[in-house]
Amino acid sequence: MDGTLVLPAWRSNLATIAALIGRAKNELIRVPGAAIPGVLAPTIFFLGLNGVFGALTHLNGFDTGSYESFIVPISMLQGAGFTGAAAGVNLARDIEAGWLDRLLVSPAPRWVLLAGTVLAASARALIPATLVLAVALLLGASFPGVDGLLIAYLMVAAMAAVAACWGSYLALRFKSQSAAPLMQAGMMALILTTTAYAPLALLSGWLAKIARVNPVTQVVEAARQGFVGAVSWGETWPGLLALAGMLALLGALALREMRRTGV
Amino acid sequence: MSAIALNARVVRALGMRSVRQTFRRPQLIAPIIVFPTLLLAIQTGGAGAAIELPGFPPVQSFLQFMLAGAMMQSLMLAGNSGGIALAVDIEMGFTDRLFSAPIPRFAIVLGRLAGTAALGFFASLWFLAIGLIFGVSIEGGVAGALMAIVLVTAAATAVGGIGAAFALRTGSASVVQGLFPLVLVVLFLSSAFFPQELMIEPAKTIAQYNPLSFIVEGIREPMISGIDASDTVDAVLAILGIVVLGLVLSARALRHRLRVG
Repeated sequence: MDGTLVLPAWRSNLATIAALIGRAKNELIRVPGAAIPGVLAPTIFFLGLNGVFGALTHLNGFDTGSYESFIVPISMLQGAGFTGAAAGVNLARDIEAGWLDRLLVSPAPRWVLLAGTVLAASARALIPATLVLAVALLLGASFPGVDGLLIAYLMVAAMAAVAACWGSYLALRFKSQSAAPLMQAGMMALILTTTAYAPLALLSGWLAKIARVNPVTQVVEAARQGFVGAVSWGETWPGLLALAGMLALLGALALREMRRTGV
Repeated sequence: MSAIALNARVVRALGMRSVRQTFRRPQLIAPIIVFPTLLLAIQTGGAGAAIELPGFPPVQSFLQFMLAGAMMQSLMLAGNSGGIALAVDIEMGFTDRLFSAPIPRFAIVLGRLAGTAALGFFASLWFLAIGLIFGVSIEGGVAGALMAIVLVTAAATAVGGIGAAFALRTGSASVVQGLFPLVLVVLFLSSAFFPQELMIEPAKTIAQYNPLSFIVEGIREPMISGIDASDTVDAVLAILGIVVLGLVLSARALRHRLRVG
């Protein structure tokens, strides 16, 4: 015995993931200027969209008279999209700076490195979501109930993980921060080509067709249900299924790129 | 070569560099073209039924109404991107090299603004092309389209002056990038995306006095109903106001930059 403490693999993996999440938290505290746009943007979008498109609720087909309640889940999910994409940009920066190379030569498995990035994004996404929710409630949005709130937060955290997998995949594929617009635009398109601005019946032809097949529509409807009505399992499970599918697909793609990345 | 011709060459060279730089970096071109185009498509598809609301001005389609808003968003972000690129030049020491060259200091800022103006011009053509491809008719005809192009280009230059002032003052790309949310706020609090009469308070009242509302109406009118002298004059005055503000701020920031090095 040489006296070295050998941790079981699962414990050292957990410690590595916790360290990577801690590093992301430190970035937030030490470089707040870089984080502020991502935190504020969803709230600004919420206030802007509400002020601009609030009168849409007067159209026949809206199931709520409060546009604040209708739009707040979108802004929360948008925050998740921004945060996840930012995780991809940060990974690309780490690749450019050579930091990822140092992680890759460590004994940590590749999936652990990816999990650290993805889970950090999930945790960070709760900050803009909470800010926009607080502002929305102050402006008169309906309180979704504890169950509705928990579902909304679950959708936000999981959507941020999906976005982080997408961002990480692109970062590992292109190895450059120049891919940032693709990370952000991809998420923006995925979240907004849903029933983001209006119910399905009021969307124009092409957008309605896309929204019907876009899995994020199910996520939006699950996150929105408590704000505009009652919470039901029937509205929740399609969202969970959609998230599981997107996570499996994009997680597999990101992990494949991570495994292909050599030092 | 006369001094004016020499300065014009410097401004042209720096302007060309600025445009090339933007098209070579996806981070700079995406906010100017990709995001406004994406939002235009989604907002047109998502909120298109709004034209049925009582009080909505008579338009051919929501896309016809929104084109001016997309142009406005694009030119605002072109100004912001120009500021970011100038701040990157300051951080990398390129601006210091220009300061030590035998060229007037104002030509350095004008060069950047010429690039921003070119991007504004490109953005106006891009969105007009999108509108025409998707069946929008420009009610003001060729003259109306030209009016919109001129106003967008001029407004991009004016907004670029503010971006340049922030870049010169702070010398930090991340600080100028941090203005992005502010750009969105100012834009949302104008009539860029919806008729001001149908907006909700307090956005409605703020939009009434927001100079961007005057500019966007000046760009929109030639497209939805034809050139209106009163709207055009209001837009020109608003642009001039922003130009003066940008000039004052840029001059002060340039003096500050030369003092601190």
